[in-house]
Amino acid sequence: MSEPIYQLRGLAKTYGDHCVVDVPELDIQKGEIFCVVGPSGAGKSTLLRLLNFLEPPTRGTIRFHGRDYGPLDQVPLEHRRKVTTVFQRSMLLNRTVWANVNYGLWLRGDRSSGALVDEALDQVGLKHVARQHARTLSGGELQRVALARAMVIKPDVLLLDEPTANLDPYNVGLIEDIVRKLNLDHGTTVVLVTHNVFQAKRLAHRVALLLECEIVEVAEVHKFFESSDNPRTGAFVRGEIVY
Amino acid sequence: MEIWQGLAKAVELIMNGDQALGTIVALSLKVSGIALLFSTMLGIPLGIMLGFSRFIGRRLVIALLYTGMGFPPVVVGLFVYMLISRSGPLGRLGSPLIPSLFTPEAMIIAQTIISFPLIAGFTMAAVMGVDPQLRQQVMALGATRWQGAWTVLAEARVGVLVSIVAGFGSVISEIGAVQMVGGNIENYTRVLTTAIVLETNKGRFSLAMALGVVLLALSFVANVVMLRLQGRTLDE
Repeated sequence: MSEPIYQLRGLAKTYGDHCVVDVPELDIQKGEIFCVVGPSGAGKSTLLRLLNFLEPPTRGTIRFHGRDYGPLDQVPLEHRRKVTTVFQRSMLLNRTVWANVNYGLWLRGDRSSGALVDEALDQVGLKHVARQHARTLSGGELQRVALARAMVIKPDVLLLDEPTANLDPYNVGLIEDIVRKLNLDHGTTVVLVTHNVFQAKRLAHRVALLLECEIVEVAEVHKFFESSDNPRTGAFVRGEIVY
Repeated sequence: MEIWQGLAKAVELIMNGDQALGTIVALSLKVSGIALLFSTMLGIPLGIMLGFSRFIGRRLVIALLYTGMGFPPVVVGLFVYMLISRSGPLGRLGSPLIPSLFTPEAMIIAQTIISFPLIAGFTMAAVMGVDPQLRQQVMALGATRWQGAWTVLAEARVGVLVSIVAGFGSVISEIGAVQMVGGNIENYTRVLTTAIVLETNKGRFSLAMALGVVLLALSFVANVVMLRLQGRTLDE
């Protein structure tokens, strides 16, 4: 985990005068699970959108696969397709479970990959509902389908935006196991955004605290939770209200 | 004539395949069908563009579209009449591409103008009804702009189909415009609605009733299709 997959330099996103993300320097290592914690409105989701190239930064660059992408740069499709996001809401299409999981492959012109879809569904424990309409599933199942849909395209980076925020502990556990296995077996880099510090503690190799658009501290998971350098990190970990 | 007698006669005409009735029905379907094809070709892309994009003047276009959705057909007829009449701005050009008054082509233009705002407006509403985060999700899965647009359109497909059915309903049952620019010429521009008025005025209620039954049946089928499509979104 020594080679960075992302290198953020002077990265900022503002809407008018309002700063949403301001990251002077941050490297995310290939193959790590990197968690970004922070309260609602801190800029976590915007950071993920920037990492998925869904919107350009206002200034600064993101270095990804050897190229720097700034505010005016067009990110080539092949680079965009190395990253994907699972959002808090599963956002499945009005189709069967199988068709939803197959969607990313369909986008890539892969028409002969039934086995990959079956395999992904098997990994999330939902092969038996493959022919069902997505609307018939429970919240936890929907999110597992969303995860399978992301996994099937074998991204270099999987971005997770509060993927378990509305789920029961059983489904949270299932999803965390899937993410952990994906990272271990395939070396997929995972960037997880959450306000659940316990989840960050369970999953992450490194954790960053984002407060009011700025990264306060980045540290290895044990250091972050047990001996952080910044008093605000300690306070946040203890569940205190931090500004 | 009693309504029931008229109905019985109407059924008899329909069952016997009355030639006059057949000609009128065929012309109605041809004119309205071609108009629907044109208005779909114009309306769906416009609806998609308005639903997806943000550009200067978009609100004005939408306001004009909403106005168009409520246009009285007779006003559209008057507008087309004035445009393509010999002294009108298009008619005086004498171009073979501009149809003459009192032709099926003139009726097709009028019906296209009537139904296209409906199709564009309903398509726009259907596209805008798709969760904006879905588009972000499909882009995050690696869609190109076109693939993203196609996927959102596929998600809005029921609304888009409803817009086409509504467009058909609006043109098959209108009379003002086709009467004005078509002239109700027998075997040439006489369609269901204009024929009903004429036959009623002549006191030939049975044929008028038969035409009415066919028109009702067509409207009914269009509405059943629309309800079926809408029902799918509610039931599934």
